[in-house]
Amino acid sequence: MAIESAAALAGKDVVGISHLEPGEIQLILDTAEELLEVAKRPIKKVPALRGYTVVNLFMEASTRTRFSFEVAEKRLSADTLNFAASSSSVSKGETLFDTARNLMAMAPDFIVIRHPHSGAPHRLANVVPAAIINAGDGINEHPTQALLDAFTMRQRFGSLEGLKVVIAGDIRHSRVARSNAFLLDKMGAEVRFVAPASLLPLEVEELGVTPFVRLEPALEGANVVMMLRIQLERQKRVNFPSMREYFDFFALTPERLELAAENAIVMHPGPMNRGVEIDSGVADGPRSVILDQVTNGVAIRMAILYLLAGGRSEAASDS
Amino acid sequence: MARTVARMAAEILDRDGDDVMLVGIHTRGVPLADRLARALEEATGHDVSVGLLDITLYRDDVGPWRAAHRQPVLKKTVLPESIDDRIIYLVDDVLFTGRTIRAALDTLIDYGRPLAVRLVVLVDRGHRELPIAADVVGRSLETTREEDVQVRLKEIDGEDGIWIGREVANGD
Repeated sequence: MAIESAAALAGKDVVGISHLEPGEIQLILDTAEELLEVAKRPIKKVPALRGYTVVNLFMEASTRTRFSFEVAEKRLSADTLNFAASSSSVSKGETLFDTARNLMAMAPDFIVIRHPHSGAPHRLANVVPAAIINAGDGINEHPTQALLDAFTMRQRFGSLEGLKVVIAGDIRHSRVARSNAFLLDKMGAEVRFVAPASLLPLEVEELGVTPFVRLEPALEGANVVMMLRIQLERQKRVNFPSMREYFDFFALTPERLELAAENAIVMHPGPMNRGVEIDSGVADGPRSVILDQVTNGVAIRMAILYLLAGGRSEAASDS
Repeated sequence: MARTVARMAAEILDRDGDDVMLVGIHTRGVPLADRLARALEEATGHDVSVGLLDITLYRDDVGPWRAAHRQPVLKKTVLPESIDDRIIYLVDDVLFTGRTIRAALDTLIDYGRPLAVRLVVLVDRGHRELPIAADVVGRSLETTREEDVQVRLKEIDGEDGIWIGREVANGD
């Protein structure tokens, strides 16, 4: 059963995978497919978003995602404003909504937001007319990461349907794992979460995934092995005895990877902790598509910006 | 239509010989470019390279100041070889305001610096809004601005023909 592309995105924002229909996900992936080519041209820029203004509002540390959005915006010829929490009035006590209202006075068309609080992009979307794109909110969602992961899987396997995807690591604190679980479930893939019991989320069944507390049985026949970082900054208590012990039980080593399907690929959203959740030989090995994920991320973000640019005028004319 | 395409191919040969590259503009320029290439190959025995161009990202009718209600679907741009120092024939079905060709020129120029760019269209229906003219024209049609001119091609529409509200020429 192939999922047909929607004609357009229904909402003015992309705040989470949980809000997207399978056809909309398909449309984003198909659009990104065509936009991937822009990076290969002699002139890596198209005028599609000329005259649009994008505010990148990053209230939490990010290098990869912020650069990826900025490259995507520039390749589409949008004007970009970068706003980082540490260097802004947020550090002087301004609330998110006052910041947003002030930014709206400068008439941006898009706000890309990363925020430590789950739900912040969603609430912002309800109060400002700009299109909101969630670049990661707390432990809730990271939709563009899940989309670029799906795109990378589709690139290798042609379709997501029926793929067996292992996501291993600090699942409880991972918005990447949540967004991936929502997306893969909608697109017909099978998801297996692997973590020490202390790092598995409470709502595993709701997400439609199969939980495992050991890596080996989950790897059986897996097509995709996605390793996640231990997010020490989000853990309020120690959830396992030591990094060394974590490596011994949960790291992806060349020997463990042998248990996966012959065509299995290895993914990591970054930043990687070599020697903690992933062995260096695997990270740099022939099955690793970690750098493809970075390249594909730009195309996915371009696709979302392009598609929302069309929907925005519709939303604006309705109101 | 086969006769028209053969005559257009002959005009291209006359003008620039067979060392040209044909680039079809989506949607109907693409099969037209293929047909012209086949006609050129039959006449000369040489392969002719054919590319396809998607102008969507360069259109002037979508953007924040336009009320485009949904973004057009992106299609592939494929240029099989470098366009630098080549003679490029842009191929489209209908030449009307000239805005598509303006976008196509901008798109093409981002891929390199051709020696020359020429324009071949199956139908020139007049009413230009930009200073653009075709070098090779299949049919010139007198139309009013309001009339709907459609080229239909077997590869896409299942039949060959040119329509202005009514049919004016069908497949021969």
